[in-house]
Order: sequence, then C-alpha cells, then structure tokens
Amino acid sequence: MNLQVSAQSLIFGIFVGGLYGLAAVGLSLVFGVMKMLNVAHGELLMLGGYVTFWFFSLYHIDPFLSLLPSAFVLFLIGMGLYKGLFSPLAKLHEEVKIKNSLLIGFGLSLVFHNLAIRLWTADERSVSVFYSGWGFSLFGLRFPFIRLAGLVLATIVILALQQFLTKTYFGKAIRATTENWESAALMGINIEKTSMVSFALGAALAAMAGTIVSVGYAIHPAMGLEWTLKALIVVVLAGLGNIGGAFVAGVLLGGVESVSALFVGPYMEVVGLVIFLLVLELRPQGLFGKRSE
Amino acid sequence: MLEIERINVSYGDLQVLWDVFFEVKKEEIVALIGPNSAGKTTTLKTVSGLLRPFAGEIRFEGLAMGNMPIHKRVEMGISLVPEGRGLFPGMSTLENLELGAFTAKGRNCKEETLEQVYQLFPILKKRKKQAAGTLSGGEQQMLAIGRGLMSKPKLLLFDEPSWGLSPLLSKVIYEVIGEINHSGVTILLIEQNVRMALQLAKRAYVIENGRIVKHGDGRNMLNDQHIREVYLGTESV
Repeated sequence: MNLQVSAQSLIFGIFVGGLYGLAAVGLSLVFGVMKMLNVAHGELLMLGGYVTFWFFSLYHIDPFLSLLPSAFVLFLIGMGLYKGLFSPLAKLHEEVKIKNSLLIGFGLSLVFHNLAIRLWTADERSVSVFYSGWGFSLFGLRFPFIRLAGLVLATIVILALQQFLTKTYFGKAIRATTENWESAALMGINIEKTSMVSFALGAALAAMAGTIVSVGYAIHPAMGLEWTLKALIVVVLAGLGNIGGAFVAGVLLGGVESVSALFVGPYMEVVGLVIFLLVLELRPQGLFGKRSE
Repeated sequence: MLEIERINVSYGDLQVLWDVFFEVKKEEIVALIGPNSAGKTTTLKTVSGLLRPFAGEIRFEGLAMGNMPIHKRVEMGISLVPEGRGLFPGMSTLENLELGAFTAKGRNCKEETLEQVYQLFPILKKRKKQAAGTLSGGEQQMLAIGRGLMSKPKLLLFDEPSWGLSPLLSKVIYEVIGEINHSGVTILLIEQNVRMALQLAKRAYVIENGRIVKHGDGRNMLNDQHIREVYLGTESV
C-alpha cells in the first residue's frame, strides 16, 4: 500500500463525497422547514437518476444538459407528494407528526423501489456518454472528467442554494420558517406554500445528485436507502440547517470512507457510522453547528 | 376596528377562553390585564390567527376573520409582537427587520419604514449585521417591536412588552409604544405590569379564568378597589 494508492482513493472519495453533500442539503432543508424526516429522500434521488437515464436513452439528451429538466420533473413530483401526503401532517402535534412522516416515508420508499423494478428492471443502469473515458493525470493521479464535472456541479448547486437562501426574500422566508415557524407566520409568510416549495426543492436537489450519480456511477432500484443513510450521516455531521457545512461534511465522509476502504475493505460503511455515533455522542450540534439554546 | 364577539377557545379538551368579548377602536390603546394563565396570551394568539375559536367571531374593520390564515391577517394590517419576542435568533438584526416587511405592503415602503424604525431605536442600526440571538434583552425587545412595525400595521398587538426588562427599560419601551400610537397605529396590549399598562391605556379589560370580568377607562381602573387589591398590591383607603 503506497501513498499513490491512498491519494488516488482520497480523490475518488472526495468526488463521491460532493454527492453525499448534495444529497444531504436537500434532506436538511426539508427537515428544517417541516421538522419531518423524509426517509424516502434516497428514492427521490434514484428517481432523478432514472429520469435522466430516460432522457438519455429515449431522447439522447446529454445527462449534464438534463440536470435541470430532471430536477424540474422531481420538483413537480415533490410538490405532488407534499400536497397529497405530507401537507395533512403539518397540522398535527410535533411528536405525532414525526411518527407519521416516518411511516409515510418508509411506505413511499417501498413504493418507489418496486415501481423502479417494474419500470426499469432490477439491473444496474448507467448513462454512458461518449466522453465517459476522458480525463487527465496529474502527479500520476487520475482525474476522470465526468466525476470531476460532477463535483464541480455539486459545488455550484450548493453555492447557488446558499445564495438563494441568504439573498432572496423567499430564501429568507425558508430560513425564518426553519428557525421559528410561528413567528414566520406572524411576518405574513405563507407557511403552507413555503413548506411545499421547500419539499419540492429538496426533491429537485436529490434529483440533481441522482443525475450526477447516473453518469459517473450506476443507479439501481435498491439504492435509495443507502443514499438516505449517507445524507442523514452528513446532516448529523454538519449540524442541521448548515448548508455549507453539509457540503464539507459530505466531502469529509467520502474521503474517510474511501481511504478506510483500503484498510478495512467492505467495512468502510462501518467507519462512517462510527463517526456518526461519535459526533452524536460528543458534539450533538454537529461539527459546524452552533449549540442551540 | 377590532371586535371580539364572545369567543371560546380550547387547547384540545381544555377550554381556556369563555365568551371573551372586547372592542378596540381606531387609534386607541387598549390593555388586557389579568393574572398568569388567565387567557391573555391565548386571546392575542386567537386574534392573530395562531389559534382558532370554536365559537364566536373576530371582526377586523367590519370583516369576519373566521378561518382566515395567519399570513392573510398580517396582510390586512394586524401585527403581533409575540411573548418572549419570537425573534429569528440565527439571522441578523437587519434580516429580522426585512422579514417583518414580508407582505407586499411592507415591501413597498421597506426602506422608508426601516429608517423610521432606526430613528425610534438607533441601537438597531448599529447592530444590524449582528445575529439577533446575541443581542441584549432590551435590544431584542426593540428589535421585536421594530420588526412588528415593518409590515406597516394598522393594529399592533403586544404580548408582555416589559417582559424580562428592567424598570427603566420598560419605561423606555412604554414611551415608544405611546409614540407609535401617536403616529396613528391602534394598539392592543396585554401586560402583567398592571400599573404601567393602565397609565398608558385609554381603556382596559380585566380577564380572569378565561372570562372578561371588568372593563372601563384606564385611569379609573387604577382607582378600582378590586384592581388595587389584586393587581397593584395597595389597600384601598
């Protein structure tokens, strides 16, 4: 085992970590506004990947070009899911709300999982573009073009989201609702609308992550739970509602997992979970979170 | 301007307001006083829409508000400065104020109102980049009031504006409430500090155990035997 191999693992880990971050910000956004954990978040990511796969195989649209159209499709699906399933929960008492949202989330993940098997079979799919093999080498390290592009896109999307949340009135309304929904309503903010858009935005962010996964990696109907878990770990690492932190934590988790795979092989997932438990135990507000009063 | 007609409100199975009625006329200051857990906060929450009465009606400028959602009431011109301030602690002072002007009406004259708020509370201008959660108690109350003004309300509701403040600061806040009223904003406030509330208010209602038990002129109330004994702690002569 030499330095070269470790460095190469780290680089691949960072590439995948950017996607963990992107998956996590959507989950974090929805949890912040609605105080509901959407355990079907990974399935939304999977659907986004398949939408891109469809755009590519049926209409020959380049996956990077279908990033926004796929996000838009999932935005609409997210709106529908919110209106049909999650909105009625919003009026319930906090504890009952969380329980019910979990039940709905698990139900949805089963439905989407089986729907995907129906529509696309259980085989692994991947969008293979003509430039799949492109890339360059630096200091003997390999940088595949599509994975690098994925990381750059994930970074751009997260930066854009941060700008949206801090610079626009609607973004501020989302943050205000996250901090104190009663006060937000007293400012004249329509909580129902804000929740719906946040949920849809969370789905759209998942779709963008799914799109990038479908190009650089592979998608399959059972991938949802794994991604929900990754996103959850990253959210806990970063601290809730911390968008920039989620990205950094995602990259961190990707890097740690990838390098530890060299030492513990398939148990690399365990390393992520151990970090998750340690952070919960020692720094429950997250690595970058502020302690709440 | 605001008419409360025999509203009944409950939390689940527990009824807390029984046939509560009162009226606030245009440009008045009305105080609602009473002991802890008499239903004062519940009343304000019901007016602002955070709670719904199961019987009775609330009218604002002649319009029944029935099941109107909270944000629509803000658009109509009702603004609440909530109990414990209800700020957005992680957001800056300026962002808190901007959110106060979320409604179309508020946004149209945001810069102008912001200047007025800064004139009322110059310290807020100095603190504008600071996170609201890091302000002192007095500054937080000023911010909560300033934020309440940003929507250009016709009716401003105050829930315990002197809560957690020193007597001196309370006095300052009460002077400002008076000034806000002079600028044409109608005010309904609830307060534990009965003496201060009655000195400021034109009229007052006393609520006990969820029912209105007394109402009258603010100054006269100060001399009322029941009020003196129960709320002011002074024996009547």
